[in-house]
Amino acid sequence: MTSLLDALLVIVLVMNLFALGTSRIHALIRIVSAQGALLGVIMVLVHRHLTIPVLAVAAAGIAIKGFLIPAIMQRALQQAYVKREIEPLISPLASILLGAIATAFAVLLAGQLPLVNQNDGALLVPTSIATVLVGFIILTTRFKALTQVVGYLVLENGIFVFGMLLIEAMPLVVEMGVLLDLFVGVFVISIIVNHINRAFSTLDTRQLVSLRE
Amino acid sequence: MAFVLICFPLLMAALAAVVSSNRVRPWLLPATALVHVATTIAVLVQGTGVSTGVAWLVLDPPGRIVLLQVSVLFLLCSFYAVGYLRYRRDQTNRVFCACLLAFLGVISLVTWSHHLGLMWVAIEASTLVTAPLIYFNRTQRSIEATWKYLLVGSVGIALALLGTFFLAYASLHAGLDSTLTLESLLEHAPRLSKPWLHAAFVLLLVGYGTKMGLAPMHTWKPDAYGEAPGVVGAMLAGGVTSSAFLALLRVYQVCHAAGDDAYTSRLLLFIGLFSMAVAGVFMVGQRDFKRMLAYSSVEHMGILAVGLGIGGPALFGTMLHVLTNGLTKGVLFLSAGNIHRDYGSKSTDHVRGAMQRLPLSGTLFLAGFLAITGSPPFGPFISEFAILNGAFDEGRFVTAGLFLFFLLVVFIGMGATVLHVVQGRAPTDIHRTDYRDGFLTGAPIVVSMMLVLMLGLYIPPPLSALLGDAVRFLENQP
Repeated sequence: MTSLLDALLVIVLVMNLFALGTSRIHALIRIVSAQGALLGVIMVLVHRHLTIPVLAVAAAGIAIKGFLIPAIMQRALQQAYVKREIEPLISPLASILLGAIATAFAVLLAGQLPLVNQNDGALLVPTSIATVLVGFIILTTRFKALTQVVGYLVLENGIFVFGMLLIEAMPLVVEMGVLLDLFVGVFVISIIVNHINRAFSTLDTRQLVSLRE
Repeated sequence: MAFVLICFPLLMAALAAVVSSNRVRPWLLPATALVHVATTIAVLVQGTGVSTGVAWLVLDPPGRIVLLQVSVLFLLCSFYAVGYLRYRRDQTNRVFCACLLAFLGVISLVTWSHHLGLMWVAIEASTLVTAPLIYFNRTQRSIEATWKYLLVGSVGIALALLGTFFLAYASLHAGLDSTLTLESLLEHAPRLSKPWLHAAFVLLLVGYGTKMGLAPMHTWKPDAYGEAPGVVGAMLAGGVTSSAFLALLRVYQVCHAAGDDAYTSRLLLFIGLFSMAVAGVFMVGQRDFKRMLAYSSVEHMGILAVGLGIGGPALFGTMLHVLTNGLTKGVLFLSAGNIHRDYGSKSTDHVRGAMQRLPLSGTLFLAGFLAITGSPPFGPFISEFAILNGAFDEGRFVTAGLFLFFLLVVFIGMGATVLHVVQGRAPTDIHRTDYRDGFLTGAPIVVSMMLVLMLGLYIPPPLSALLGDAVRFLENQP
């Protein structure tokens, strides 16, 4: 069981690097939705005793992260006619390299933090921190509004990984509230993205520079 | 009681979304606000006996202070909003009213929540319901501001969630049945795992600090406050920031109970003084008076962080400052909104002689400036003086010196802009809009100013007792 879990977590880490390497927004959204769905599966594996809260959160996670949010974003994308992330701040190769460094840093950092049970999900903490850092890299090095939203989703995925350590400790209401807030957040952001596109005829956030000192 | 305070505004928000008349709908705001204030006062008078039967929803003394401040500010803003929306008949105010009402309900939930996870959910919800408010003007600039507000706010609040999870793991590590309720965290605080607790504190400080607008996470603030209508600016500066500060207070309290004061106070003092310094730098020579108010808000969040960092004797002043800052921000944003409406500009290039053209709003803007920069006899003077006194009591002379220096810089920087706006002759070449100071757009500011003045001259005994309770509660004394 543990080896399967570790293998899936490594896939999550590889997906991070894929997300950093791709220059097509469609592919990026698909990778992140697959990552979100995979996290739902991992959540079921982490817990040997399947309880109703675990199953409910896992199912809601798969539905929202794997299907609903990608659908909203694809729709926003269709309305905006964007196909390609043309010029990220740094090249895809450099992004992947940066992502690898972030992953190594996450492993080192996680080594400093004491675990409750050394055998239990030793990879969960580094995966979580690495995914959060990759989310930050995407947020700061891409300029298209929708790509930045994807970066935010990767960051949320990282936090979701950490949440798996706590599922029995966190009440169901809170977990569901977190997912609901994420869903509504992406919904509201997509509406704003749509308005940005209509007002500026582009999704390039470098056009949003009229407000500064 | 909790049910009325949280759910009634949400119900009214749903009602506002259904009402079809653009003229009637704004009146739902004062109606809800009156019920909310009345219930809040009833809860406060009842004292400590208020219980909901749920361990997650408890109104403790710091929560009471924030609830009182937000409720009173919302009442004043709600009457102002009716007057303001009369000038905005050109567009529908359905979303505006619904979101403003939902905001009141969500903030009430923040003040009641004693479960850090639930508190996070409520604060994130407050980000989401305020975003459409900033976008009310539907201009390119307001889209840009909304985008930055949503993105920076969401990322910041995501870090706060990670911090909350770290805190839960710290208690799991201590072998507790981790529940994240404030009571259980405080009870077992000394046993919490130190590395996890420290990491959690940093993440929560950055996360909720982003919502408060502490530098360097303040970048959304000038844009959002500059582009949002004045009444929204007042609710952001006096509502969102206060509730995020309440979240930070919870975290501070847990670390305090764990005996980690040295660690937390260093970080709080640094980030607080840095915020004051950044605000001072950007205020000098600021030509946009609404952006200037945003930097003033950054400064005052810095003051709150400094007060918390000093701890002990400065806590009374810090809690009082939550009240005085919130109310004074109401005066400033609402009067600035009136001036903006009259001149059709918020730049000092065009706006001069506001006292001549708008005697009431201009005078209140000037009085609000004097109050917020800590001039006697207004409320902020008392609270800032109490924080300074606390710094001297603790022997933190460097902190106290920097605190005074930054206050001086801000006074000079803000003074130059404000005097430019209110003094001189009103330019005759600028077309005057149809705005005139009326009862609805004037009286709430006057009342707010009176309250600020009253807090400077006389703190009513029940309020003083409440502040004392809050300080004892924060220091974990029975």
